[in-house]
Amino acid sequence: MTQMTFARAINAGLRKSLENDPKVVLLGEDIGMLGGVFRVTDGLQKDFGTHRVVDTPLAESAIVGTAVGLAYRGYRPVVEIQFDGFVYPAFDQIVSQVAKLHYRTRGAVKMPITIRVPFGGGIGSPEHHSESPEAYFTHTSGLRVVTVSNPQDAYTVIQQAVSCDDPVIYFEPKRRYHDKADVDETADARTAVSMEQARVLTEGTDVTLVAYGPLVKTALDAAAAAADEGISIQVIDLCSLAPVDYDTVVASVRRTGRLVVTHEAGQSGGLGAEVAASITERCFYYLEAAPVRVTGFDIPYPYSKLEMHHLPGLDRILDGVDRTLGRPNSLSGLEG
Amino acid sequence: MSTDEAGQGGAQAQGSAQSTQGTAHGLVQLITPSGERVSHPEFDFWVRDITDEQLCSLFEDMSVIRRIDVEATALQRQGELALWPPLLGQEAAQIGSGRSLRPDDFVFSSYRENGVAYCRGVHLTDLVRVWRGNASAGWDPYTVNMATPQIIIGAQTLHATGYAMGIQNDGADSVAVTYFGDGATSEGDVNEAMVFAASFQVPVVFFCTNNQWAISEPVRLQSHIHLADRATGFGIPSMRVDGNDVLAVMAATRVALDRARRGGGPTFIEAVSYRMGPHTTADDPTRYRDPNELEDWAAKDPISRVAGLLERKGLLTEELQQQVRDKADAVAREMRDGCTTMADPQPLDVFKHVYSTPNSWLDRQQDHYARYLASFGDPAGATLEEGAR
Repeated sequence: MTQMTFARAINAGLRKSLENDPKVVLLGEDIGMLGGVFRVTDGLQKDFGTHRVVDTPLAESAIVGTAVGLAYRGYRPVVEIQFDGFVYPAFDQIVSQVAKLHYRTRGAVKMPITIRVPFGGGIGSPEHHSESPEAYFTHTSGLRVVTVSNPQDAYTVIQQAVSCDDPVIYFEPKRRYHDKADVDETADARTAVSMEQARVLTEGTDVTLVAYGPLVKTALDAAAAAADEGISIQVIDLCSLAPVDYDTVVASVRRTGRLVVTHEAGQSGGLGAEVAASITERCFYYLEAAPVRVTGFDIPYPYSKLEMHHLPGLDRILDGVDRTLGRPNSLSGLEG
Repeated sequence: MSTDEAGQGGAQAQGSAQSTQGTAHGLVQLITPSGERVSHPEFDFWVRDITDEQLCSLFEDMSVIRRIDVEATALQRQGELALWPPLLGQEAAQIGSGRSLRPDDFVFSSYRENGVAYCRGVHLTDLVRVWRGNASAGWDPYTVNMATPQIIIGAQTLHATGYAMGIQNDGADSVAVTYFGDGATSEGDVNEAMVFAASFQVPVVFFCTNNQWAISEPVRLQSHIHLADRATGFGIPSMRVDGNDVLAVMAATRVALDRARRGGGPTFIEAVSYRMGPHTTADDPTRYRDPNELEDWAAKDPISRVAGLLERKGLLTEELQQQVRDKADAVAREMRDGCTTMADPQPLDVFKHVYSTPNSWLDRQQDHYARYLASFGDPAGATLEEGAR
């Protein structure tokens, strides 16, 4: 076990991938000498060379589009999009090409591309640096979307993403980059818990609380606070956002009868809506209350002095828990 | 201005004296519209090996793909294809370049390069498979080293550039070649591709067929300078060739391929041609095009031009012409038969190949739909109502 930060854990995972497969190449802006603006690729170019760790011109569509060509040639590109808000210029290549080429060619061409995107807020950044665009990608067939909540998963899941024959969007919760935890670097990614499996982080009997990425830590804090009031919450970290491991969530909700989903992204058309609807379809007769979403608002990401109002915190999550339990809450008495 | 080639005022541009030196209206030209072979100090070298026999073969290829194009257009009119993008008038650009490639080069094209696909050895039925609605791609890219044609304008130029980065990494001497039109040069992707190609000096050829029209928008709306001059701004050497002259196109392509193979990086070719038909069979060019323009370009027809040259050489025998007609007829018949007898895909094929590894969401949807189909007592869904098919 080694104590390491989240960012360092991804770095170690990428290093393993580069060592294990000569076809793995990294592409992105500033990922070489600088090691990335978050230092996630620190030292990799020095050790693997400029042909395996490629500093690219500043053109996101080209970073992803050339990765498509490299994949055609049998490579496994791992591209870094510097910030969530910069992924939009590459959107066409991701949703029209990366996601569809396997289908389009009836399986002849594989697109084993990993697209790393630091995402989410809470770091006091200016516009375009704190977005949660996951729903755009979970809505696109052909893509797999994952995000991790702790350094150990960060280490193994990045390796699983790179070795996956399907394209994977790997969202990195940037406000957790500096969180430290023990990482077992001897863990074999092939036998570790699959990136597709949701993680049950606490056992609970009253409410199922579903979170992912940066809000998993907040959800765990909320569960600890609720426990002080005698409420038992089962926290589930989805890890995979597309596909969601519904079997794990269903099993939990069948026991607790209550579901709260939380994410930083805006509410409408978000992943929380998808989870709530799917669980309602599958667990209707087990539910004791309507599923509740605790999310960011349907607004452009606000300037940093206001971001803590937008981001779900521990208290807003507990307020949502109270709603499912019929306890006094901020919306008590409100109808419709 | 690119309007010269659009048929207005082209005659006064450079004068006939220039054309005898292998340039007409600023274009590299080796065969004049009347079929006279003119010499060019640089480009003659690159086609010096083309024998009379090969010239006849180029004539045959161009005639055959014109016939493929006419046949496919007819199939669309007869309701056998949903759509077809005609290449009429672009035969020299496609055959001249396509015949210059090596089997291990890799092509990333737009949807109009059926002549290039023919050169790569794509099966005739596969040329129409997409347009009949039976598949999203007609062929396996690795069997012919040609990617499935791209519909998103210009996206393929990035794929070619990335593929060329892979070639460079592998230390191979093959080349990635990407085909796109004049309209595509306005897209960000084409410009980003040129930035990457120049920065990394990768072996990629940008083959731009300037056919003057992007559906109803003339090239002058896309650019106020020659498209070839744009590449210069990226530090990419470029050539502007008569795209209706199969020898000039072949020479230019060979120059570009040779540079790429020797580590010289990317090249941009602007093949100045004309789309004589509509953009697709759903388009009506009479709404936006001056009929005189079509007439001017018909006089520069790529096939009659080679025929003219063969005639001057005494090679355009009745025997050759009959042989070419027979070949074209046979090819057209084979394509038509392949098209009309193509098996329909099965209902559950709709779920195939979305992922290469299992996906729990999709597996569940497929399972539910299979149960739904089975509820009709017919697993193949033959009795399914029209709306759900």
